[in-house]
Amino acid sequence: MFLQLVANGLVTGSVIAIGAVGVSIVYGILRLVNFAYGDFIAFGALAAYAFNGPLGVPLVFATALGMLATAVLALLLDRILWRPLRVRRAGFMSLFLASIGLALVLRQALLLAYGPQPHTYRVDQFKVYVVGSVRLSQAQFITIVTAAVVIVAIGLFLARTTLGRTMRALADDRALAAIAGVDVGRAIAFTWILSGLLAGIAGVLAGLAQSTFDPNFGFTLLLPIFAAVVLGGIGSAYGALAGGLTLGLAMEVSTWPSLFGGVDPTYKPVVAFVVLTAALLVRPQGLFGRARVV
Amino acid sequence: MSALASGDFWAFVGVVAGIYTLLALGVQLQFGLTGLLNFGQVAFMAIGAYTMAILVVKEHLSTWLAAPLGVVVAGAAGLLLGLPSARLRADYFAIVTIAFSEIVRYVATNQDSLTGGSQGTIALGKVGVAAQYNGQWERFQARVQAWLHVGSKDVAMLVIVWSVAIVALTLVWLAVRTSWGRALRSIREDEDAAASLGKNVLAHKLQVLVIGSALAGLAGLFYAWQFSFFSPDDFQPLLTFFAWMIVILGGLGRVWAVPVGAAVFGFLFAGTRFLDFSPLSELDSAQRAYLRLIVIGLVIIGLVVFRPQGLLGRRDEMVLE
Repeated sequence: MFLQLVANGLVTGSVIAIGAVGVSIVYGILRLVNFAYGDFIAFGALAAYAFNGPLGVPLVFATALGMLATAVLALLLDRILWRPLRVRRAGFMSLFLASIGLALVLRQALLLAYGPQPHTYRVDQFKVYVVGSVRLSQAQFITIVTAAVVIVAIGLFLARTTLGRTMRALADDRALAAIAGVDVGRAIAFTWILSGLLAGIAGVLAGLAQSTFDPNFGFTLLLPIFAAVVLGGIGSAYGALAGGLTLGLAMEVSTWPSLFGGVDPTYKPVVAFVVLTAALLVRPQGLFGRARVV
Repeated sequence: MSALASGDFWAFVGVVAGIYTLLALGVQLQFGLTGLLNFGQVAFMAIGAYTMAILVVKEHLSTWLAAPLGVVVAGAAGLLLGLPSARLRADYFAIVTIAFSEIVRYVATNQDSLTGGSQGTIALGKVGVAAQYNGQWERFQARVQAWLHVGSKDVAMLVIVWSVAIVALTLVWLAVRTSWGRALRSIREDEDAAASLGKNVLAHKLQVLVIGSALAGLAGLFYAWQFSFFSPDDFQPLLTFFAWMIVILGGLGRVWAVPVGAAVFGFLFAGTRFLDFSPLSELDSAQRAYLRLIVIGLVIIGLVVFRPQGLLGRRDEMVLE
């Protein structure tokens, strides 16, 4: 029972963690809390569905196409919305509100295109993998394996590649990085591409993990993702990974009956925020964030 | 198109604008004047509405006792939220408040025995009995209608809501002209400077949180009475964003810009209902509803990009940053 909950927690947590990195890297460089990210995720999931569902493209290729489409969307929005706002030196509030407006537009556009009904990927609904005392559906199995690969890849990318280091340097101190000769414009473009790719894969994995999804489902993911970003320390990509996994595990394990009877499963999202609030009371800067210097 | 010319329809739009005025006034006080990013405003509206409805249906309290209690409980919830979170940095605070409003909605959806669950207030009473909490209010509304000699109860509601809204606006307007209001503005401009001059920043933040939440609770009461039935789905975060849009549309930091923003927003929201000419008439009503929200999203973006000070805002006092 406990191990099963841990496995479920890893499924939930890794999806949240991937999304949280996507939010965090954009915040790190642009100081933009992207409220439309949940709808990026829904866009990725539904774009992949468009290939996998009606057209019958194998899920692997459909996922790649969905990720690509989301990256293109993210880059396009940077060109037509965020870059003009940057040129005007728009601050935190303007960016946040613009992203709220964008979230509305994107979600309603998805509803117009796909309708409000739930969709499913073409996976075997009845196949079950048994590992010890843990039972995983095929969708959960794909999710957990892919997510592990993606998370390790993100970690290596940020730590080892020049681009990853550049992005972390910009998040640390943009002016200093620019003086040191970092091409900020190029780094911003790559950040959006990476953020879009991550939204795409997070969307497909979330769609697999919860088996059905509709255009509204991104928003329900957004709040746990934000919670993970805050828990990890805003702008810290490693923190976002750790925060996501922590929250996913906390949400699932909290329902364990041996733990004071367990929490009613419908309250799992609430557990995420209780953990967050408790953590912020102890460490207002988040797990990996730096204390405010001012 | 007959609804366009109908007085009742526009009275209804006016009632909704009045309710939004109360909701958005709290945001104006918290953000426009104090700089606090409360993105959970809708939660306090829900708390006010639910407290009143539950007390009337389950505890058989008089509406006139339950209504003020709803406002008090909403204000107390604002205090409860503020105590752990008001010290947080602005962006963290924003996220915690959204989270809070979602928690409230989750609880309302899942605590069937307390709130009637996802079915809403209709299931507040015993199983199989449709619950009603607005009997006393309807009688009062009918009396106002007779006294004003107006034809419809929507017009009576319009008069009641806007009377309350104008009183609330006046009180807030008077309050922010005092040294208290100047202290709020100084916190907005520079928290550390305000603290170094001996202003208790945390206490001021908590005060505006409580007042703003109570105003949202009041908005919740009118919402409950106007629609005579509501469910957790009526308190989506979208409503908070509408309130923010109204504040920014009207102009930041100006109390009397709030009703202007609410009126423009109400007109826009209701007006887009009539987007049913060709080729849009090809779409069904659900699709047109999506289209309306797309228009509203575009207006939010457009405001941020082109007119960050709003319709009545002063560019030199406060622009969105």
